[in-house]
Amino acid sequence: MYYIDPHLHMVSRTTDDYETLAKMGCVAISEPAFWAGFDRGSGESFRDYFRQLTEVEPKRAAQYGIQHFTWLCINAKEAEDVELSREVLKIIPEFLDCPNVLGIGEIGLNKNTKNEAIIFQEHMELAIAHQQQVLIHTPHLEDKYQGTRMILDMLGEHSIDRSRVLVDHVEEHTVGPVLEAGYWAGMTLYPVTKCTPSRAVDIIERHGAERLCVNSAGDWGPSKPTAVPDLVLEMRRRGHKESLIKKVVYDNPRDFFSQSKNFNLENPAQR
Amino acid sequence: MNSNEILDREFLEIRAKILEVAAALDRIERAEGDVSGDPRMGLIADAINIIASEHSDPIRAEKIQLLFSRTYDEQWRNEFSIASRS
Repeated sequence: MYYIDPHLHMVSRTTDDYETLAKMGCVAISEPAFWAGFDRGSGESFRDYFRQLTEVEPKRAAQYGIQHFTWLCINAKEAEDVELSREVLKIIPEFLDCPNVLGIGEIGLNKNTKNEAIIFQEHMELAIAHQQQVLIHTPHLEDKYQGTRMILDMLGEHSIDRSRVLVDHVEEHTVGPVLEAGYWAGMTLYPVTKCTPSRAVDIIERHGAERLCVNSAGDWGPSKPTAVPDLVLEMRRRGHKESLIKKVVYDNPRDFFSQSKNFNLENPAQR
Repeated sequence: MNSNEILDREFLEIRAKILEVAAALDRIERAEGDVSGDPRMGLIADAINIIASEHSDPIRAEKIQLLFSRTYDEQWRNEFSIASRS
């Protein structure tokens, strides 16, 4: 089955991973800007990172027939440094017309601090000013519920089309508020700290598949870039229809991304 | 899949996961030191109670997620002195 991984940090993965993804049916990925595992020293480091996301990764992916799209921001962890964040916010517009940029992301909260909230709001204003879609990171573990509710509070203050916003890393206790508010939701399949494929399928069964996406969020930490096919297998084992599986792993991310002018997915069936 | 089929499929996996939890708690107790006052041990005990309880609506996973979550305060903006933008 063809699928799209809507959240995958390929700058942290090897070229072998691209090959494996292609063999498993991945036809497109989207790569949100995120934390490199260390705090960067200057805004210029982000300019280089954005060049990597808009110039280097699309070429690496294309070698394996995978289309690469991306999102730009300063991540929530480094957003604690307000001065650095504002430097980066000034750089982002230079890249918004690059052909693989889908919007602003993954912005959000990490430890739910005041500075993170300030920079989240400034990212939202940037997105609205440039008519960009938004991809949002929600915090980890014990901070997730509080942070997700704070994010929903802040989103509610902006006049943005909610169908152009995806709130990511939802789990059992946060998926309901996100979907009920009219946003898209993403589930991340992580070995320990987020959803397992089984729990993600439980969430689909409880909440339905509308506006719900699933991703691997593969990065430099413990993660599995081929986690989406694990979900496909779990859905098949439970007897779900192929049409429902395709909706979750292909149609939904395609429909969400299609709201961006830069999303030009080649239909894999017509290649 | 009906409930019998799910139980057939998942019984051994559930058994193995319960054994992992039991063995980890044994390991903690066997080791030097005392964690009986650590609030995390209380959370684990509460979570096990949630698993063992019966629900008319099966939301054990959601309840456990909330158990392990920080409290959300609707007045968080006041604490940060951040005004609403709406």
